[in-house]
Amino acid sequence: MFSNPDLMKFIFGRLTLDSIPYHEPILVATFIGVMIGGIAVLGLITYYRFWGALWRDWVTSVDHKKIGIMYVILAIIMLVRGFSDAIMMRIQQAIAFGGNEGYLPPHHYDQIFTAHGVIMIFFVAMPFVTGLMNYVVPLQIGARDVSFPFLNNFSFWMTTAGAIIIMLSLFIGEFAKTGWLAYPPLSGIAYSPDVGVDYYIWGLQVAGIGTTLSGINLIATIVKMRAPGMTFMKMPVFTWTSLCTNVLIVASFPVLTAVLALLALDRYVGTNFFTNDLGGNPMMYVNLIWIWGHPEVYILILPAFGIFSEVVSTFSGKRLFGYTSMIYATCVIMILSYIVWLHHFFTMGSGASVNAFFGITTMIISIPTGAKMFNWLFTMYRGRIRFDVPMLWTVGFMVTFVIGGMTGVMLAIPPADFVLHNSLFLIAHFHNVIIGGVLFGMFAGLNYWFPKAFGFKLDPFWGKVSFWFWQIGFFVAFMPLYVLGLMGVTRRVSQFEDPSLQIWFVIAAIGAGLIALGIAAFFVQLFVSIRNREALRDLTGDPWDGRTLEWSTSSPPPEYNFAFTPVVHDLDCWYDMKKRGYKRPLGGFRPIHMPKNTGTGAILAAISIAFAFGMIWHIWWLAIISFVAMIAVAIGHTFNYNRDYYIPAETVTATENARTRLLAGQN
Amino acid sequence: MSSHPHAAAQDAADTHHGHSHGHEAGHGTFRGYMTGFVLSVILTAIPFWLVMSGIIESKALTAVLVMGLGAVQIIVHMVYFLHMNPRSEGGWTVMALIFTLVLVGILLSGSLWVMHHLNYNMMPMSPEVMKNMP
Repeated sequence: MFSNPDLMKFIFGRLTLDSIPYHEPILVATFIGVMIGGIAVLGLITYYRFWGALWRDWVTSVDHKKIGIMYVILAIIMLVRGFSDAIMMRIQQAIAFGGNEGYLPPHHYDQIFTAHGVIMIFFVAMPFVTGLMNYVVPLQIGARDVSFPFLNNFSFWMTTAGAIIIMLSLFIGEFAKTGWLAYPPLSGIAYSPDVGVDYYIWGLQVAGIGTTLSGINLIATIVKMRAPGMTFMKMPVFTWTSLCTNVLIVASFPVLTAVLALLALDRYVGTNFFTNDLGGNPMMYVNLIWIWGHPEVYILILPAFGIFSEVVSTFSGKRLFGYTSMIYATCVIMILSYIVWLHHFFTMGSGASVNAFFGITTMIISIPTGAKMFNWLFTMYRGRIRFDVPMLWTVGFMVTFVIGGMTGVMLAIPPADFVLHNSLFLIAHFHNVIIGGVLFGMFAGLNYWFPKAFGFKLDPFWGKVSFWFWQIGFFVAFMPLYVLGLMGVTRRVSQFEDPSLQIWFVIAAIGAGLIALGIAAFFVQLFVSIRNREALRDLTGDPWDGRTLEWSTSSPPPEYNFAFTPVVHDLDCWYDMKKRGYKRPLGGFRPIHMPKNTGTGAILAAISIAFAFGMIWHIWWLAIISFVAMIAVAIGHTFNYNRDYYIPAETVTATENARTRLLAGQN
Repeated sequence: MSSHPHAAAQDAADTHHGHSHGHEAGHGTFRGYMTGFVLSVILTAIPFWLVMSGIIESKALTAVLVMGLGAVQIIVHMVYFLHMNPRSEGGWTVMALIFTLVLVGILLSGSLWVMHHLNYNMMPMSPEVMKNMP
């Protein structure tokens, strides 16, 4: 075998034994840890004979609730990976001063900051947002599932496949060393000949298919499947922000797909779209990727705004102040987010008129955002506020996000941006809005809807511990970066000369440590809540005295969500129903038409991992075979006519009667 | 494409065969598909002929014509293959189309504006290098 290099090259492409990083002790230790953990999980699944149930009830499930839960689990797993990258960077920067090279060599450090950005945006924030939308939106609009249940399952597995491809780069080969947007010419074949950028391209392309399809699915669901009586202006705010987010996804992700496809052509077949010579222009890549990239940040923040709106109104016991203005603000943000992209590259050399135009549009976008902030404040004003954990995250968000928003307006001024561009000030700004906005929102949503999904509340004590560590840790970790940025320290640097800067990096590292405790407290919260689930049990299905339709079902909801489709008369329709003395229907149930589970989504995603692996390592036979297999499986699936079934009326009656007994036993 | 489980409770028989766009947009006829196909073939053949025969002196004019015919073909596809008209899906398809056009307009005009500015502000080049510019 070894005597025939051509054959080896045919079989393995670029993949050789040297591609396995066994000479890097950090990676070997991680690998051993992952292996031990993985074997433990697989062993437990086998021990409890869970494989069959895992496949039948979860992997192949088309139930939007289970898919939503799986998205959130994916996000939490990837949060741990992304955070390990973060704390490694913080420790490196805290010690690498005055000749000390730290413990991370530059080529490793560069991979870490790239992986941190890619993972946190694409595989933490996106699945978290999509998961909550998937779980909550159909329940809020009184639907039994999303419009295209199979597509939903497929989308989830494609997102997971993208995450797996990125994770593979940790132990086979290496990841991109280009920063999270992989600007050419650095990401071109001339300067990045290794597999790192290919992992980046194919991981994002595979996950991007899932994201786009899930966007289409949720738009169709919201537009076509609302309960009778729910006009657009009676839709819950979270559903509204989800609608705007998914419109943004559908409109912007194709741009990302196209620009990455062009970069892939540059790397694989030698075109010159983004090279330095033969008429190529790297600036076009920067321009195009930010046309996707700016809407992307609003894709993440809008659902968080929706969650805060639901939480504020529920925990203040009041109708949301200025519902209509909230909706218009959301739509204005949706449109404006398309005409601000150039503020990410003011310094690239456009003239004054271009920079002024994009600077002004950027400042304008803070107006609807500010309007939202006042709406939340006025909702709280003279409300009977309950400071449960979701409300704490919301108040923490309001304090933190306003600071991030103001530094954003500073960056929107082109002359100021020339000083602050690419500095740690920018890093502090976007962490300020993404942690203080998106992440706090996701934790608020998780604590808010967890009892709906599992039937018991999360433990409030550990929830508060987690919140305070995150909140304080955030300020300790990122305020020093604002200071350093104003002093002119640039991002993505692994070693420093000036010892007077070290103290700020040490403070930032302490902040990262506090955030680590916040994450640990979150896992303790999950563990304690599961252990004490009987004490935390909620039988009513409405633990927070909620206002929207999802709280009218049992917790967890039956797989058909609603035995009868509710009829909506008012904006906060569950609050309205409770006020008018709503009685649950107790009889007359009819069979319910439901979609059937299918394994096609998981199979297609598994094949696309093989395809991506073949493309990354130039194993052409694998890429060709898996591509053909993907098409064949997709066509084969269209011949599967056995894709729906009826839940018999007796089963519905039994489920609903069980709930009636529970509710009666509680009073 | 699976059926709407939500609508099923009200009318299980109607939605049994999956998506129910029968009453919203026509499925199209053989005649319609043939018209669309023939028009598409013609609209594809003309650009090929224009480029390969080089019948028009000006390259710029040829390029404009090719792009224009491409745009016409997009409309043909939307009308004959996607069955779009102002009434289908209660006006949603037209609204989505307008939205798409606005976004593509922003994307193209914005990119051209930005790239033109960047190009203008680039370092001065020698005429030889300029000649090789696209």
